[in-house]
Amino acid sequence: MAAETPAPVSEEPLIQVEKFNYAYGDHQVLFDVDLNMHSKDVMALIGPSGCGKSTLIRSINRINDLVESARVVSGSIKIDGVDLYAPNVDVINLRRNVGMVFQKYNPFPRSIFENAVYGLRVAGIKDRHDLEEAAERSLKSAALWDEVKDRLHEMATGLSGGQQQRLCIARAIALQPRILLMDEPCAALDPIATARIEELILQLRGQYTFVIVTHNMEQAKRIADRTAFFYKGKLIEEDDTMTIFNRPNDPLTESYITGRLA
Amino acid sequence: MNPVPTAENPFAGDNSGIQKRETAARWALRVGSYIVVIITLAIMLHIFIKGAPVTFQSKWPFVNTQFLTELPSQLHVIEDKQGNHYETGVNGADAIKKQLGDNFRSEKTIAYSGGGILGPIVGTALLVIVSVGVALFLGVACAIYLSEYAKHGKFLEMVRLAILNLAGVPSVVFGLFGLGAFVLTAPVFVDVPADRSVFAIPLGFTTLSFEGWDTCVLSGGFTLAFVILPVIITASEQCLQAVPQGFRETSMALGATRWQTIRYSVLPFATPGILTSSILGIARAAGETAPIMFTAALAFKDKLPWQKDLPPLPADASIFAHWEQSVSRFLGIFTESVQALPYHIYTLAAKIPQNEYSERAQYGSVFVFLVLVASLAASSVLLRKRLRAKYRW
Repeated sequence: MAAETPAPVSEEPLIQVEKFNYAYGDHQVLFDVDLNMHSKDVMALIGPSGCGKSTLIRSINRINDLVESARVVSGSIKIDGVDLYAPNVDVINLRRNVGMVFQKYNPFPRSIFENAVYGLRVAGIKDRHDLEEAAERSLKSAALWDEVKDRLHEMATGLSGGQQQRLCIARAIALQPRILLMDEPCAALDPIATARIEELILQLRGQYTFVIVTHNMEQAKRIADRTAFFYKGKLIEEDDTMTIFNRPNDPLTESYITGRLA
Repeated sequence: MNPVPTAENPFAGDNSGIQKRETAARWALRVGSYIVVIITLAIMLHIFIKGAPVTFQSKWPFVNTQFLTELPSQLHVIEDKQGNHYETGVNGADAIKKQLGDNFRSEKTIAYSGGGILGPIVGTALLVIVSVGVALFLGVACAIYLSEYAKHGKFLEMVRLAILNLAGVPSVVFGLFGLGAFVLTAPVFVDVPADRSVFAIPLGFTTLSFEGWDTCVLSGGFTLAFVILPVIITASEQCLQAVPQGFRETSMALGATRWQTIRYSVLPFATPGILTSSILGIARAAGETAPIMFTAALAFKDKLPWQKDLPPLPADASIFAHWEQSVSRFLGIFTESVQALPYHIYTLAAKIPQNEYSERAQYGSVFVFLVLVASLAASSVLLRKRLRAKYRW
């Protein structure tokens, strides 16, 4: 278990999940999850479908609040020691600091430029120059600038799938968040586009704290510093990615990563 | 003898009975569809054949301008002894009679069948504008609330059911509701409340009196708005639901508020569909007779809504110098009673003795009515096409 493994970094964890219980109506999906994520780390969450990993990641920016029956049963998620579910937390502000990229690339049917600056626009930034600068900066960080700089005002839906997903990443980092949540960011992409996204994550590592849900074990091995394995709403094991994949502590983890878990 | 499966042909069997039933079913459905198409075409053709000659003419400008630009009036038909017919309005009858002298045989007058149908066209246009405006505002607001804000549950289901049931209420019931609610009790600002006022709230400088709006465009438009409201709410809600949930989540994840999300990432993409629903609304609002019978429409009116016996505005200054008066006169259009096409057609068809002349006016009106509704619908479809090309996901 996570608590039993000595953390290799000494600093305070950025995200602390403590005894977190979460439910949709009467159906509990997370049970007593304890998980620490450190600043600038890439954390992969793995586990079979329905194990609660997506729910956990969607609780970190409270986007799951949109799901009507969703509720925190007990426990807390803290960023820098601040409980995200405390009444004095401004959800809008939280989400500006915790970006999210979804499984299905879904740029708005607007221009590439408008997509890139959407978060800034709704934050009330109107100055054309600022917006253009931010669009260029974020598109460059998302390794998309060279491909789209001549057609910034064309529809984003005309881009290829991989480009659209990188645009979604650019859109998220335009707000300069500290944490980037990615819910199966490559699930809808072909292997080449997937490789580019992974390359991008490796480039951006160190600038943001990544939490990535993935079904692709090889992907977790390639990009993650640490990996957490979930099963049936419980955190089974969290450790260094290499340790998880080479010497897992728990037999459940081992059977999952070797593909023997029903 | 039925073929039976054998070693050589394990699939042998007799399916001629099944084949026959298949063919019969297919033909029954096909015949049903053909009947619908034929009847629709027959109606259209009938109206075109009878109505188009009234509206169009063989000489320049090819459109019967008199029919489209004059108000309805009495038609005088004078026959001479040779059997020639002269058609004229009220004023021309005496002159023709004098000219004919001894040759005059008889004179017929046919109500409402002379002149044109400008009054009904204008009235219907005003009613449609008011009703679609009110219904779109209320309906879209309601649909947004139901789709984006309201919590799922029994209550929401009941609201939905109520809205659907509203669509089944006979339109004459709406007419009576409009009479009671808008014509007789809706609130107005007046200096002195009328005797029939249900109750009046003095506000100091004026009085809010619940004495009704009288028979006028506003009353009729609001009544029609409630007739088409269920259609617009249901259709708009479906359009909002059709916008991918991902847009909402992404927008909120980028720090947008719920209203910003609706404003920038839901409504723009639902607009094409909402416009389509308003097409249905326009066609329905323009076509209803019962709701406007008690609330807005007159069988006959010899003035357009803006033709009132008011002193002309002083000509010395620009229109902006009297903008208050100009605005109040513009709004005055909506507090007038009007003629409307469906009610005009009803009057021509059912309220006056039938003859070739009244039938002519009637089919001319029906034809113009259809063209009007069709062109309104067509423009909405075009607009939707352009919007849809812009927003695709």
